[in-house]
Parts: sequence; structure tokens; C-alpha cells
Amino acid sequence: MEALFFNVSTGFLEGILRGYKAGLLTQGHYSNLTQCETLEDFRTQLSTTDYGNFLANEPSPISTSTIAEKATQVLVDQFNFLRTNAVEPLSKFLDYITYAYMIDNVVLLITGTLHERDTHELLERCHPLGVFDTLPALCVASNVEELYHTALVETPLASYFRECLSAADLDALNIEIIRNTLYKAYLEDFYNFCASLGSPTSDIMHRILSFEADRRVINITINSFGPDLSKERRAKLFPTIGRLFPEGNNNLARADDVEQVRAAVEYVPEYRSFFETSTQSSGQSNGNPDGYEDHGLASHLEDRFFAQEVHLNKLAFLQQFSYAVFYSYVKLKEQEIRSLTWIAECIAQNNRERIGEYIGTF
Amino acid sequence: MSGTGPRESIFPTRMALTNTKTRLKGAQTGHSLLAKKRDALTTRFRAILRKVDEAKRKMGRVMQLASFSLAEVTYATGDISYLVQEQAKTATFRVKAKQENVSGVILPAFEVDRVSGTDFNLTGLGRGGQQVLKAKEVYAKAVETLVELASLQTAFTILDEVIRATNRRVNAIEHVVIPRLENTVKYILSELDEMDREEFFRLKKVQGKKKRDADKAEAARMIEAGDGDETSIEADTKEESTEQAGNLLNDRDEDVIF
Repeated sequence: MEALFFNVSTGFLEGILRGYKAGLLTQGHYSNLTQCETLEDFRTQLSTTDYGNFLANEPSPISTSTIAEKATQVLVDQFNFLRTNAVEPLSKFLDYITYAYMIDNVVLLITGTLHERDTHELLERCHPLGVFDTLPALCVASNVEELYHTALVETPLASYFRECLSAADLDALNIEIIRNTLYKAYLEDFYNFCASLGSPTSDIMHRILSFEADRRVINITINSFGPDLSKERRAKLFPTIGRLFPEGNNNLARADDVEQVRAAVEYVPEYRSFFETSTQSSGQSNGNPDGYEDHGLASHLEDRFFAQEVHLNKLAFLQQFSYAVFYSYVKLKEQEIRSLTWIAECIAQNNRERIGEYIGTF
Repeated sequence: MSGTGPRESIFPTRMALTNTKTRLKGAQTGHSLLAKKRDALTTRFRAILRKVDEAKRKMGRVMQLASFSLAEVTYATGDISYLVQEQAKTATFRVKAKQENVSGVILPAFEVDRVSGTDFNLTGLGRGGQQVLKAKEVYAKAVETLVELASLQTAFTILDEVIRATNRRVNAIEHVVIPRLENTVKYILSELDEMDREEFFRLKKVQGKKKRDADKAEAARMIEAGDGDETSIEADTKEESTEQAGNLLNDRDEDVIF
């Protein structure tokens, strides 16, 4: 029944979106881009793709951050077009996508407010996808409690704040913990919302969100081995969804080193393979005299997570009549921007050996 | 001789000679000491120059690594600069300055003092924390190299200046002070010799006069004692007192006659 009436309200936008998706850079484009000698060549190569002349008006010494910024702008424009044409429940779904960015922006503003920074400077740094009407109002608040009552209550994020944090927490806690607590609440909320949308959206989205949740759990564990974060507090940051929940999460909450993390995720085949291959490659880099081998595993892990994310998002396009493609497209486009920035950075810094470490989409 | 080259304007006395000789000796000792200092400094300077060269090359590599690791962070987590700026409360990387003494020259030396801070250990908790840590480490190394380079570079400029000053002093002593003192010594010696000769001549002259007077007195006594008339001799002495020049000639004639 879903499929029967899907095209009535969403068919147009899905068509547009699949058109956008066809405009994602292909492997051919990437291999052309990696051949570029300078950023000028890079710009010329990009102008033949869907990006068109997005860099045309930039003065000649292009910085990589400009490229990233402009590419993000392209994504934001596309997203806003989709968002303005969407009707319920797709519009709600698209809003959920922006919540993740809103969390980042709010956290950024809270940090800035606590340190009494210039608000305009802060607003410039906000991610354009996460900008909402009352965002500038956040700057007016002088302390965090006021911030919550005047501005945050109006936003969709209010419920996340209410569930997880009291006003006292906001002052005392580390800002990263606030961010991760919010993100946990967001993921769970999004998960439940997707469940309400029914199949096939929920099937695909649950797969993607589970992976996202697991990735966060593993990352938080690996990044908090030190004494800065107590184990109970760490456990509180773990989303209660995902394939590792609950058993893996419990094990991860007690993990003290990478070996224990590996043991905890052993029973999920995909995750096991991440650790297997990453230990191999870090074993190879042990001869490296620079002393980076400790970080080798983690950075490879990060790359594998990105690759897996891209893989899952690509799978979403195999299904018709689902909203998941919208989410996947945004994620793929984000990854593409990251890859572009990486390649541009490698070109700018003349680091040819590592230029191939981007993750292509199609 | 004393007229060639500049000399100090002093009276040529024995005391001045002793003083000047002492000063000359002092200048020579000073010259050799300064020359030694210069050599020591130059050795040090060369070593530092080599180190500066190495450090600069190393800095290039390290900085490249560092900015690349920042690119990795941006790839994994996005822009974290603001969060890091806001959360940094105390410096975890401090530079201590101490002093080092090289042949009397005080060189500042900078030392790195790292405090293992907890300020942004949780940055990138959800994603890319390892990259952030790595970037932090790599940048700390880069700053270490910079600090090393800074202390070398400061030592380099200070040493350079000191070596120049020392060189100037060595050359000044060698080419100005010592020749002038030597000239003074020569001048005093020659003046003293001159005075000696004058004194000698004068003494001789006095002796000659005394001798002549004695001879004259003798001759007078002889005449007085002999048959000679007193009057003529008295007249003679009178004549002598009136016109001496003529009498000298007469005396000599008399001598010859005698």
C-alpha cells in the first residue's frame, strides 16, 4: 500500500533526487582529479562535472577550505530545494536529517556563549544545514539556563535536552559529552521515527542508523581509554540501538584497550573484519620510525567506517519507494565533499602518496 | 724612529717608559686572550650554523607532516578549530628560557616543557578522536622543532654579533694599540738616548772648561813664580776680560808656543 501512493506526494522529489544522485562523481572523475597537478587543474576538472562553475568566481589562489565551503553550499542548495517541496512525512524526515547539524551548531554556540565570544563570528561557523530561525537568539542568552528557556525550548532539540540534561549539567559538563549525549538521543529518536514510517524506509534506515550508532559506540570507546571519562559515564553515551546493543555495548563500556574492543564486537562479522584488516596494516606500518603506528589502527578503522557507511548508503538506492534515499544522498554527498577536500589537500600539500585514500562513492 | 707612526703624547721619562712597557705587555696578553676567545666562538658558531641548517630542513618536513595531519582531522571530523580554541584553558606546551655561557657570552637557550593537559582530550569523541590526538602529537613535535630552531637562531645572531665585536677588538689591539705603544716605547727610548748624549757632551764640555781654567791658573802661577813682569800679565788679563774672543785665540797661540 505504501508503494501505491508513494509517488503521489514524493515521486517528483525522488525523481529529482535520483537525478542528483546521477550527478555524484564517479570513479572516472576521481581518477581524473587525482591526476591534477595544481588546484587550478582541479577546478577545471570539476567544472566538467555536476559542480559546474561553483568555483568560477573565486580569486585565483584557491584554498581547500573554499572548495569545501562551496561544495557544501551546492549540497545545501539542493537540500533546501528538496525540503521546500516536500510534504509530510517526507518533510519531517528531512528535518530529522538537519537535526544532527543543529546539534553541532547548538553545541558550538553554547561553547561560544560560555566563553563570551562574538556571536557573528560564531554564526558564520555554523553548518548551513543546521541553521534554524532561533539560532541567532541563542547568542543573546548570557548563561546556559537562560539559553535553554529562551531559545532551545522552541527548537526540536528541546526534548533531547530535557531528557538528558538539566541546566546544571550544561554548565558543569564537558561540551563533548553534551554533544554526544544529544546525539545519542537524536539517533534513538530518529530510529523510532523511522520505525513509524513503516517498511521499506524503516528497514533501510534502521540498517544505516544501527551502523551509525555502532560506529559511535566503538569510536567513543576507543577515544575514551584515558582516565578522563569514567566507564559509567561512557556507557551513558552509547545509543541504545544498533547491532551491538545491548551485549556488545556492555562489553565495550568495560573495555580498556583495543583488544577488548575487538573481542566485544567479534560476533558481528562486518565489524570483526574491520579490526582484522586494520591490525594487519598496522602491523605492516610497525617498521615506520615516526612512531605513528599507535594511530595506524584507529585511522584505518575510521577509513573502514567511512567505506562501510558509503556501502550501506549505496544499497539504499536499490530500493524504490523509500525515504531512505534522501538520507543516503546527503550522506554520500557529504562523503564526496570530504573526498574532494582530501584530494585538494593532497594536491595543495604535494603529498602524492596518500592521494588515493579518499573513499569514492560510485 | 720615533717620528714614524702615531704615539701617545707623554713626557719621555723613565717612569713613563716603565708604564708604557707594562701597558704594552698587557695589550699583548689581551690580544692573545681575545684571539683565543674568537677562535672558541667561531668553533661554536660553526657548530650552531650546522645545527641551524639541519633544524631548518627538519622543520620543513615536520611542518608538512603536521599540516597534513590537520587535513586528516578535517577529513574525519570537520572543522574543530573553534572547539579546540574554546576548550584550551591552560597551556600544555610551554617554553622555558635558560642561559648558557660560551666563553663569556650569555646565550639564551629555550627548552620545551610539556604538561600533559586534559583540555581537549575529548574532542572528536564521537568521531575522529584518534586523528585529533595524532594531529596534536605531530603539531607538538613541530613546535618543538620550532623552539629548537628559535634557540639556535638566537644563539646564531648573538654569537655573530659577539664574534664581530671580538674581531674588531683583536684587530684594533693588533693594528692600533700595540703599534702605538711600541712607537711610544721607541720614542721614549730615543729621547732618553738623546738626553744621555746631550748630558755626556755637556759633561765633557764642562770638564774641558775646567781643565782649561786649571791650565790657565797653572800658567799664571808659573809666570808669577818665574821672572816674568807682573804688570804685562796683569795687562794681559785685563785684555782678556775686555775682549774674550781675541784672548781665546791668544790662549791657543800660547798653548801652541808652549
